[in-house]
Amino acid sequence: MEALLEILKELHPETDFETEEALVDRGVLVSFDIVMLITRIEEEFDVVIPAKDITPEHFNSAKALYALIEQLQEQDD
Amino acid sequence: MKRTVLKIGGVLLACILLFGALFAITRLLMPKYRETSVEGSLTAEYYRDTTPHDVLFIGDCEVFSNFSPVTLWNEYGIPSYIRGSAQQLVWHSYYLLEDALQTETPKVVVYNVLALKYGEPQSEAYNRMTLDGMRWGKAKTGAIKAGMTEGEDFMSYVFPLLRFHARWSELGSEDFAYWFKAGEPVSFNGYLLRTEVRPATETPLPPVLKDPHLPETSMAWLEKTAALCKENGIDLVLIKSPSIEPYWYPEWDADVAAFAEAHGLWYVNMIEQNDAIGIDMQTDTCDMGQHLNVYGAEKLSRWFGSELKTRYALADRRGDEALDAAYRTLTERYETEKLRLTEGN
Amino acid sequence: MLFTSWAFLLFLAVLVPLYYLVPKRVQWIVLLLADAVFVGFAGVRGAVYMVVTIVTVYAAARGFDALFRRQRETVAAMKATHTKEERKKARLGFEKKRRAVLILCLCVNVGILFVLKYGAAIGRLSAAWLHTPAFGADLTLTMGISFYTFSSIGYLLDVYRETIPAEKNPFRLALFVSFFPLLVQGPISRFDLLGRQLNAPHSFSGERFLSGALRIAWGYWKKLIVADRLLVAVKALCARPAVYRGDFVFVEMLLYAACLYADFTGGIDITIGIGEWFGVTVEENFFRPYFSKSISEYWRRWHITLGEWFKRYVYYPLSVSKPMRTLSQKSRRLGVGVSRRLPVYLATLLVWALTGAWHGSNWTFLVWGVLNGVVILLSEEMKPLYARFHARFPGLTNGACYRGFTVIRTILLLSSLRLLDCYATVKEAFSAFFSMFTTWNWGAVFRGGIQSLGLSWADYGAAFAGVLCMFALSMAQRKGPIRKRILSHGTVCSVCVLLLLIGTILVFGRYGFGFDAGQFIYNRF
Repeated sequence: MEALLEILKELHPETDFETEEALVDRGVLVSFDIVMLITRIEEEFDVVIPAKDITPEHFNSAKALYALIEQLQEQDD
Repeated sequence: MKRTVLKIGGVLLACILLFGALFAITRLLMPKYRETSVEGSLTAEYYRDTTPHDVLFIGDCEVFSNFSPVTLWNEYGIPSYIRGSAQQLVWHSYYLLEDALQTETPKVVVYNVLALKYGEPQSEAYNRMTLDGMRWGKAKTGAIKAGMTEGEDFMSYVFPLLRFHARWSELGSEDFAYWFKAGEPVSFNGYLLRTEVRPATETPLPPVLKDPHLPETSMAWLEKTAALCKENGIDLVLIKSPSIEPYWYPEWDADVAAFAEAHGLWYVNMIEQNDAIGIDMQTDTCDMGQHLNVYGAEKLSRWFGSELKTRYALADRRGDEALDAAYRTLTERYETEKLRLTEGN
Repeated sequence: MLFTSWAFLLFLAVLVPLYYLVPKRVQWIVLLLADAVFVGFAGVRGAVYMVVTIVTVYAAARGFDALFRRQRETVAAMKATHTKEERKKARLGFEKKRRAVLILCLCVNVGILFVLKYGAAIGRLSAAWLHTPAFGADLTLTMGISFYTFSSIGYLLDVYRETIPAEKNPFRLALFVSFFPLLVQGPISRFDLLGRQLNAPHSFSGERFLSGALRIAWGYWKKLIVADRLLVAVKALCARPAVYRGDFVFVEMLLYAACLYADFTGGIDITIGIGEWFGVTVEENFFRPYFSKSISEYWRRWHITLGEWFKRYVYYPLSVSKPMRTLSQKSRRLGVGVSRRLPVYLATLLVWALTGAWHGSNWTFLVWGVLNGVVILLSEEMKPLYARFHARFPGLTNGACYRGFTVIRTILLLSSLRLLDCYATVKEAFSAFFSMFTTWNWGAVFRGGIQSLGLSWADYGAAFAGVLCMFALSMAQRKGPIRKRILSHGTVCSVCVLLLLIGTILVFGRYGFGFDAGQFIYNRF
């Protein structure tokens, strides 16, 4: 989780990612950011995020995103 | 329960208000045809004259410019009315006659044949001028449906606002002055009085006709008109008004003459009678031979009245109190207007 | 049937009561029959293409479902007897089959759209460059095909990704594909959002009906009072690029911005309102787009469903696709920044080229699309520069003035790009754009020039008043949904608003035979 927050902060230093629940819906994370973010996450966590999981629900909060990463990591095993 | 009633009442009231407003707006936006394009007033004006007519003229501008009912009355005691409007086409003429027959049955119907040359709808604007003034009934719906041009729709006749709404940007003082007021009639029993003199000049002969015959559709409407007259015991007279413009082809003349012969009708091509009538296209036309001015119209009416009287044994109705009174007022108005226009020239 | 035709209004007047009079379980069939009438009215050819799409997409989606089921069964059965690697291999086998079905189905549907959209253009090009006989001149788009093909592909991909299950009843899928209000100008819809609603039973609600009527009336209001009026002037300006230069182009940009907004949002308002009449919530396609502070924000607020579609089904998959990953890895030696950016940038440009191509077969659209992408990428690249600038001059970004500046800048920028949409060739569009800086002729615009475009001052006045109303409503909308506020004042008040809208449309709308006084001057009297 810490690592993820680090990456997010890098992208948008001005946003409080720990509390924000509508990152996509409020337009904080736009499509451009999302793709950049995915590249970073894949490097960092060694997972592959498939296109079908790139939905607003998974990217609206850091918590949801982290849950997705964990789920993907489990699947790999 | 009470709330529902109030709600429905409120909605109904709002709807009534809207329809009231739309009615008022429609009246405001419809052209009044009082200073420009006065011919547009003619169809509606017919209903304002409630006296019976022995002779009814039917046709286009060649009737409403060329015949004077005032002269016919004062010379021969023939009460008459002209149901003509600008570019009134043959189906319009048929239905305007049918419409008139709802309330009166003339003895003679005089039918001008120029419009027979058109077998197709011509102009949306003239359609509106002829039809918007008509009272609602079977005749009006028939007339509308018979001759809509491309892009016209029936709804816009039922709700003229759909047609004239764009006039909001060009409303003039006459639109407000005659918003709910009818005003003085513009015609004298359907006759539009003009006093200008613009002599006819030599015009080159028109091109040879592609089709030497009048269109079948218009002849069919003439047939229907003749049948309608026969049904009602009315004598139908076919005339070609003495106007020399637009050109009346001998081929067309032959078609009409053949029709008249077949139906036992009197057909007179007045262009050939101009010398007998005494019409001089140097002094008696207001626009170089297209329409007669009041001097020409009076001459023509005098000649034609006597022809009608002898051929159809029309009675002299002078002495009938109601008619005398009506025509006295009409004549006064007529003379005043004639004087006003003459002095203006 | 156009939205602005008597036939369409009559169609609705029959359909809506019928929809609520029939038993609820056949409501969706009534709607489907209505679609058939609507599509049939537009021509048999369009109906055939649509049926092909419905049949192929239905079959493919059912195929995916069956393959998923069999995959699960097979893998489960293998659990005891086979190794993990063998199970994975089996899974991959099924995936391959699904992929083949998907590609086949996409080829058919994208193929139809491609041929109809570009067939004529390709025929012309081939005749001009390769001197083959010209072909394809009779290939034209059928009603709604750009919209329903995209909606259907969205459904297909959602089932393929196992996001939603396949619809079992082909007729219920047909209802989603052919829902008639969406065939005019979209929006592109998702089966999980719209399809279920269409097939569900609905009871009549007076308030919802009134609410829908308000939306529909407002849509017509914008279309008939503003859009159709300004279109006359815009068309006149575009038709003579050699004459209308310099400041005429500037006027054209503004008029076109207002015209396109009124036309497109008005059409969508009508669509959404009609949806409400059937108890269906159609997705919003606009969110006050002209209040955007940048082009990329504008594209999240204008034609939203198209942007979402491209993001969901093209942009994301493309950005995370294998070739892109490889490209990213290979470019690592050029620096981390480059390698991270390369896939995003490539995907962005490609998606924008596709978006441009979707709008039309003309080169101008392609250039327009790519330029949009370039502008978005440029502003992304310049972000650090802006940040440094604003750090130097703090306080500049606060306040309404700066916000107003960014909004106006965005409108001007997007309007400049839209010039490509107005003219027939890229050259004409660029020439017109640059003439704004080289030809200085304000006098000509206002000394009668603007009146030569087929509109009177009264028309400009009416359109301007209409634009002011739209602006005022957008401002008011920021404080909450307008219709809800109107409806909260009671039925009578709402009906009055509705009647007022209808009344003003009837008088000030541009429809029917334009009354032309000149036409009435009787030249033979």
